[in-house]
Amino acid sequence: MKRKIGPGYAVIYAFLSIWALTTIFPLAWSVMNSFKDKKRIYSNSFSLPVGDAFSLDNYRNIFANYNILRAYRNSFIISGTVAAAVILFSGMAAYILCRYTFRTKALLTLLLYAGMMFPIYSTIIPVMRMQAAWGIVNSPSVAKNLLSVILPQIAGNMSFAIIVLSGYIRTLPVELEEAAFLEGCNMFQTYFRVVFPLCKPSMVTVGIFSFLWSYNDLFTQMFFLRTKENWAITILLNNIAAKEGVNYGALFSSVTLIVIPVLVVYMFLNKYIIKGMTVGAVKG
Amino acid sequence: MGASIYKNKKLIWVFLLPAFLFMLVYLYYPFVQNILNSFQHIKYLGTAGGEWNTPWYSNYVKLLGDAKMKTALKNTAVTIAATILGQVGIALLLALLVSNIKAGAGFFRTVYFFPIVISATALGLLFNLVFLYDKGMVNQFLQFAGYLDRESNQLIDWKAKYAMFTMLTPVIWQYVGFYFVILLTGLSGIPADLYEAATIDGGSKWQQVRFITLPLLVNSIGTCVILAVTGALKVFDLPWTMFVNGMSGTWLTGTYMYSKVYSDVDYASAIAVVIVILGVLLSAAANAVFKQKDDYQV
Repeated sequence: MKRKIGPGYAVIYAFLSIWALTTIFPLAWSVMNSFKDKKRIYSNSFSLPVGDAFSLDNYRNIFANYNILRAYRNSFIISGTVAAAVILFSGMAAYILCRYTFRTKALLTLLLYAGMMFPIYSTIIPVMRMQAAWGIVNSPSVAKNLLSVILPQIAGNMSFAIIVLSGYIRTLPVELEEAAFLEGCNMFQTYFRVVFPLCKPSMVTVGIFSFLWSYNDLFTQMFFLRTKENWAITILLNNIAAKEGVNYGALFSSVTLIVIPVLVVYMFLNKYIIKGMTVGAVKG
Repeated sequence: MGASIYKNKKLIWVFLLPAFLFMLVYLYYPFVQNILNSFQHIKYLGTAGGEWNTPWYSNYVKLLGDAKMKTALKNTAVTIAATILGQVGIALLLALLVSNIKAGAGFFRTVYFFPIVISATALGLLFNLVFLYDKGMVNQFLQFAGYLDRESNQLIDWKAKYAMFTMLTPVIWQYVGFYFVILLTGLSGIPADLYEAATIDGGSKWQQVRFITLPLLVNSIGTCVILAVTGALKVFDLPWTMFVNGMSGTWLTGTYMYSKVYSDVDYASAIAVVIVILGVLLSAAANAVFKQKDDYQV
C-alpha cells in the first residue's frame, strides 16, 4: 500500500528530532565546554570553543591531578574479567539445564529465577562481612581489592546470562551434538567444540551487557574500592565530582573523558549493544 | 538416539558447579543472612551480627516512626509513578511515531538508546551542570530567552526548589530509549494486513492505534511497566551523584539504605528487606494487571 507524503510527516519528524536533540545536545554541550576556561563557560556556555576560546587547560589539570589511565586500566581488568567469567560459567550451566534431565533440575531452575529478584541492597552487607573475613577488602594488594568487586559482579550477572543463553541453546538443532557424540566426543568436547562456537551471537550479547553493567556500577565500587590505587573509572569520577565542586571546566572534561570511549565503542557496536541491553531484560 | 547422548550424567555437576556456587555464595546465602541481620545487633560494617535485638523486631518498629524512611517511601512512589507515565509514555509515543516512518528509523533508534550505555554517575554530574544554579545550561538558556532577567542576574535554584523534578528528569530521560526499543520490537510483530483491512474499512489513523495497535501491544507495554517498577526501586547512582545524602528531601529507599550502612548496619539490613518486599509485591501486582489481558494476543 502506498503512503502519502504530507504535512503529517513533517510533524512526526519534528517530534522525533526534538527527542533526538535532548539525547545529543547535553553531551555535545559537555564536550564543547570542556575546551573552554571557566570565564567563558560562565559568560556563555553555548558558544563554540574556537580561536581564542579554545583551551586544553581543563584536560591538563585533570591528567595532572588524577591518574585517569590507572582508573581505566582497573576498570578494564574488572569488567573484562566479569564478562569473560560470566560467559564461560553461564554457558556451561545453561547447556546442562537445556539438554539433560536430572533430579534437581526443577530446584535449580527455581533458584535461577529467584536469583533475578535479589537487589544488590539485600546482599551487600553480608557480602562485605564475608569478603572482609577473607582479607580481600581493604587489602594493600590492588589485585585483591579488584577481585572483591569482580566476584560479586560475576554472581550478579549469572542468572540473567544463564536464562538468555538457555533460550538460545534450546533453538540449536540437536543433530550436530548427536553427530559429535557418534564421533566419540564426550560432554566437554561436545560443548566446547560444537555448542559454544554456535552460541557466539548470544555470548556477545551477554558479554556486552555484563561488561557495561560492571563498568557503570557505582554502588559496588563505593563499597570495595576505597583508596586511589584501586579506583575504577566510575568511582574516580564520583570522587572528582566531590573534590572539584565549582571547578566547572574540570567537571566538563572529566565527564567527556568517561563518555567518549563508550561513545566510540557504541558507534561501532550499537546493534549488538542495543540487543544485549534489552534481550536479557525482556526474557527475565 | 537423543536419549543415549544425554544419558551419561556423571560429570554434569562440573558444568553446573561454578555458576551455582557463585550464586550460592554471593546471592542466596547473603540474602538469607541479611534477613537474620535485620533482627540482630551489628556494631561495624564488615563484622558478624552478635546478639538478637530486644525485642527482636525493634528495627522494624523504628522504621515505622522514621520520618526519613517515610520521605524515602513517598519519593520512591513518586519515582515509580513518574517512570511508568514518563518513561513508558514517552517511549510509546516515540515508538508509534517511528513505526510510521521509513527513512531515519535506524538513526532515531541509535540516538535514543545512547544514554543507557553511559554511566549514571557521569550523567548525574552532567545534569548537575545542566541544572546548576550559578549559570547552568537551563538558567543560562532562560536568561538568553528573556524569561529570567539578565541584568540583575536572576537565577532559579533548581536543586533546592524543584528537587524531585530535577532528580527525576535525568532518571526518566536516560531510560526512555530502552522502553522505546522494546515497544518498537513489539510493534514490528503486528501483521501489516490488519492495518490494510482497517484502512479499507475506513478506519482513521487514530482508530487504528486505539483498536489494533494498543490491544496487540499490551504484552510489550506490560513488560515495560514491570521493568520500570523494578528499575525505579533499584535506582541509585544518579540520585546519589546529584543529591548526596538525600539533600533537599530527596531520599529514596536505596539511597537511604546506603546512608545507614556505616552508622547503623542492622537497620540498613532492615531497610533492604523492605526494598525486597516492595519489589516482590509491586512486580506481582504489575503481573496481575497485565496478565488478564492476555486474550488480546494473537
